[in-house]
Amino acid sequence: MGTITDMFAYDFMRHAFVAAGIVAIVSGLTGYFLVMRGQTFAGHALSHIGFAGATGAGLIGLAPLWGLVGFTLAAGIVMGAMSDRISNRDVAIGVVLALALGFGLLFLHYYAGFATQATALLFGNVLAVSEPTIWTLAGLSVVTLVGLGIIMRPLIFASLQPELAEAKGVRLRPISTIFLALVALAVSACAQIVGVLLVFTLMVGPAAAAQRLTTGLWAGLALSAGLALVEAWAGLTMAFYSDWPVSFCISLLSAAAYFAALGAPTPRQTAVVHEH
Amino acid sequence: MPSHAHATSAVELDHVTLQLGHRAVLRDVSLSVRPGEFIGVLGPNGAGKTTLMRAILGLLPPTHGELRVFGRTPQEGDPKIGYLPQLRTVLPDLRVRGVDFIGSSLNGHRLGLPSLTRAERKAIEATLDDVGARELGARPLNEMSGGERQRLLLAQALLGNPRLLLLDEPLIMLDARHQEIAIDVVRKVCRERGITVLFSAHELNQLISALDRVLYLGHGQAVLGTVDEVVTAPVLSRLYGTDIEVVRASGHIFVLSRGRDVERDAHVHEDGHGHHH
Repeated sequence: MGTITDMFAYDFMRHAFVAAGIVAIVSGLTGYFLVMRGQTFAGHALSHIGFAGATGAGLIGLAPLWGLVGFTLAAGIVMGAMSDRISNRDVAIGVVLALALGFGLLFLHYYAGFATQATALLFGNVLAVSEPTIWTLAGLSVVTLVGLGIIMRPLIFASLQPELAEAKGVRLRPISTIFLALVALAVSACAQIVGVLLVFTLMVGPAAAAQRLTTGLWAGLALSAGLALVEAWAGLTMAFYSDWPVSFCISLLSAAAYFAALGAPTPRQTAVVHEH
Repeated sequence: MPSHAHATSAVELDHVTLQLGHRAVLRDVSLSVRPGEFIGVLGPNGAGKTTLMRAILGLLPPTHGELRVFGRTPQEGDPKIGYLPQLRTVLPDLRVRGVDFIGSSLNGHRLGLPSLTRAERKAIEATLDDVGARELGARPLNEMSGGERQRLLLAQALLGNPRLLLLDEPLIMLDARHQEIAIDVVRKVCRERGITVLFSAHELNQLISALDRVLYLGHGQAVLGTVDEVVTAPVLSRLYGTDIEVVRASGHIFVLSRGRDVERDAHVHEDGHGHHH
């Protein structure tokens, strides 16, 4: 055991902090919209589908990350294009994501690296993130955030009031499709840190807690990103000193923050009277 | 007396047929709504009230005939039209403030980051004031009652000074007292500003004191006229496709089919769908 400086004496810890930090912020921001739209389950499904992509990529000699990106992106676009019929149907998503996990297993079966590879994909391996991977994650994150920034206004309108938005000339389907494509990129990045099974911990936990605690849009976004960042970094620190898996620590903190937010007295109720 | 500016109808249907899939919801309908009129839109479920509004909004072009709004073919996103859609989307547990909720509709079709100018904030405050709902701006949506939400949506529909207001079943989630308040607010604001209103509802009696004319839809047909002209046994029997009796008693009008109040039945049915209370 040692001081904080000990932790940063290691290259892999510094890389882990940078990678987790970037991914946490993107996950927190993207997740806020997922929660707002009630599409969290779609995010979950995308990550599972990504698992098949990642293992499949390994099979044909590509980096798993690109398999993950390719599959989630394709799935996100399909789900967005079929939005009315599919993305809100829990059963359809459930069946597809189970199938995707099954294919992931099949691909792993024929892949040489199996066990370690499987664990890394399913539960993340942030301590093994290399510098080139950090650049890739940064690239994915920039694309995601720029994309979100471009569609943010119609996305919010379409999420809050779809019928009116349509009447005012917002194209609901393209917006939904682009959004899910961006979610797919965020999921791919997030899976590098906490694994495909635990993307909820960074994408949904902080966002849901932030929704509970704020009423303003920007405050909600900031809190969501902030919570995700704190949970990711605190999780890394906790893992370093306890020797527990990083993803476990992050998922623990995420759940703790969410349930604390649920239990917190809702603000604003008292403040309402003093507004204006 | 009508000047030349008023010669143009607010809404005009010229032999219009509206089709949803293969089903003709309205067939060969012609009618003309004058500017500033308060029209109650009535008819059984599925008669095409929402479909007609969507056509007026430019979301559903007629398969035959011509539809004009203030003399022009309707265009999606027309700022002259304020719209309060029937609440079909049940919002999740959203803690969005009233201001942000309404604000999302301002330039909501434009790409980029959402931000409200000072003038836009002022406009939102003013429109909230108009419907007596200033305090709703700071309240989160999930803490509002059904009546408060409808009032917020009405304020939003009035934003941007529309000349035509399309209100699709704004009364369904409200109790009798709030229904009256909502109707009064609409009538007052719209009279003051000369806004044309199409107000769809399940029950005629709620609207009877507020409306100028009534538009009854049913069986692919539409009849526009005064209550006395339209709400009669022969006309309604044709629209409902069944024998209808019209009973007038102490200022109320009851539309009965085999002794049952068809409007009230429809209303109860709709409420039973588990909207929030």
